[in-house]
Amino acid sequence: MNIVVCIKQVPNTNEIKINPETGTLIRDGVPSIMNPDDKGGLEMALRLKDQYGANVTVITMGPPQADAILREAFAMGADRAILLTDRKFAGADTLATSYALAGAIKTLDYDLIIAGRQAIDGDTAQVAPEMAEHLGLPQVSYAIDLKYNNGLCTVKKETEEGYQILEVPTPCVLTVLATANQPRYMSVKGIMEAFDKEVEIWTADKIDVDPNRLGLKGSPTRVKKSFTKPQKTPGQVYEVDAEEAVGIIISKLKEKFII
Amino acid sequence: MEKTDYKNVFVFAEQRDGVIQSVALELLGKAHELAGILNEKVVAVLPGHNISKHAQMLIEYGADEVICIDEPELKDYLTEQYAQTITQVVNKFKPSILMIGATTIGRDLGPRLAARLTTGLTADCTRLEISEEGELMMTRPAFGGNLMATIMCTEHRPQMSTVRPGVMQKMERDANRKGNVITFKPEFDKSKFLVRMVENVKVDKGKVDITDAKVLVSGGRGVGCKEGFEKLQALADVFPNAEVSSSRAMVDAGIIDHDRQVGQTGKTVRPDLYFALGISGAIQHLAGMEESDFIIAVNKDKFAPIFSVADLGIVCDLNKVVPLLTTRLAAEIEKK
Repeated sequence: MNIVVCIKQVPNTNEIKINPETGTLIRDGVPSIMNPDDKGGLEMALRLKDQYGANVTVITMGPPQADAILREAFAMGADRAILLTDRKFAGADTLATSYALAGAIKTLDYDLIIAGRQAIDGDTAQVAPEMAEHLGLPQVSYAIDLKYNNGLCTVKKETEEGYQILEVPTPCVLTVLATANQPRYMSVKGIMEAFDKEVEIWTADKIDVDPNRLGLKGSPTRVKKSFTKPQKTPGQVYEVDAEEAVGIIISKLKEKFII
Repeated sequence: MEKTDYKNVFVFAEQRDGVIQSVALELLGKAHELAGILNEKVVAVLPGHNISKHAQMLIEYGADEVICIDEPELKDYLTEQYAQTITQVVNKFKPSILMIGATTIGRDLGPRLAARLTTGLTADCTRLEISEEGELMMTRPAFGGNLMATIMCTEHRPQMSTVRPGVMQKMERDANRKGNVITFKPEFDKSKFLVRMVENVKVDKGKVDITDAKVLVSGGRGVGCKEGFEKLQALADVFPNAEVSSSRAMVDAGIIDHDRQVGQTGKTVRPDLYFALGISGAIQHLAGMEESDFIIAVNKDKFAPIFSVADLGIVCDLNKVVPLLTTRLAAEIEKK
């Protein structure tokens, strides 16, 4: 079985701070990581490999530095790694990104394509379903468990009210939550070998696409402006004992007609 | 594509087991405002099975027109069945705007549709406005809520966005509102229906959705343990429509269910009253609750960022404040 896993390098958003004077993001010193949902997806693929001997290819689109997460994937147990990198991809929104990824995956052999549900920098959850559409494949999103049997995936999908069990034949696309599993650590042997393995660099010419649908040119959405949220004026803060605190709270609630 | 052919503000009216979801009504409220500015109609698109009886309710909450698609294949949400349906509706009726709730259904359907229609989609919008040129301006948080971005889709139609439940406000229901109901019959390509639902399991969590609560008693790391949350529950029980919620730390620690989590990776809430108890106020948490009408924060640390959004801040030990507040509030409410 051939499994393709889509992964993304993201800044660890928990550590991003805003420069209060300029209102811009401070990115210096913020570590880059493999997106957590994607890592859950990779782990799901590696478990199938453990069970059935699948061949796992990881693919990412990004700048040359994204090489780091592909090597991490090697060290976890991936067999092949592809880095889609080209200035022609720059400025891509989710539609153009999904189109480029689909164009690359089209040239590979695959039974199953796994991606993380969403990336923590954008939180859109759009790239994988859009890619599934470009490839004409069925999808199941929000997967937290997968059982595979002879070309049929039985997927447990998380919903607001509980979960669903869905059956989908391969080839198909799944999007996976980070909570689906506990990803394995890189093995020492894996880390040693990861640096000797080849990360394949693919440019736009290498994949099956219409160049007009790539990057900014192929993106229907445009960011018009970005800004930090205007600060709300804080209310009064009292440093008091519990007795007094309760008195203040109750009188405020009365003043606001909440009680 | 001729942009001028596309008109009217469409809302995907999500239903589950024949129940219209609250987010659909919230979107109708917003659509009504946007359509007013554009001088266009609000159209609700209602796919499902035996659902036409709900059309009137959608009208009463702001729809001028309802397109009912009543088919057995649409009883439960499945990606391809719904994608084919909505694609055909869009191709026939040509909306300028299509709004979808950012639920597990909407976030599965939206991107599938956007790719099929070759148009833009903006996820989890918190603000929707119309520009002077009559284009939709979609504002959403990015980088874990650290930054807001305003996104536009000026050369493609429809302009699509998903919006989280609890962000927009419903209109007052008006039983006198009138509107048209249209029935639409899709042509299915059933060869593409490859996903089969085996089971749809609802885990009874015994409580109301936190986005529906008028009062939220929310606890963070400072509450510490399960017993701490029992005290919060006792405080919540004093109010007629209150629920307990929490910050991410308590969910990660396994103390509280994920469906009670407020914040960027949890739910967005805007209750009348929000108690932030022992919550420091990471930006991801603030993103999910700062629109609450009145925020009371109790925290031992006077430098906690939660105080920057609180309307009333108390620097004190919550373990002392909460039980006392519970008793006194119960007495006050009893008096009435």
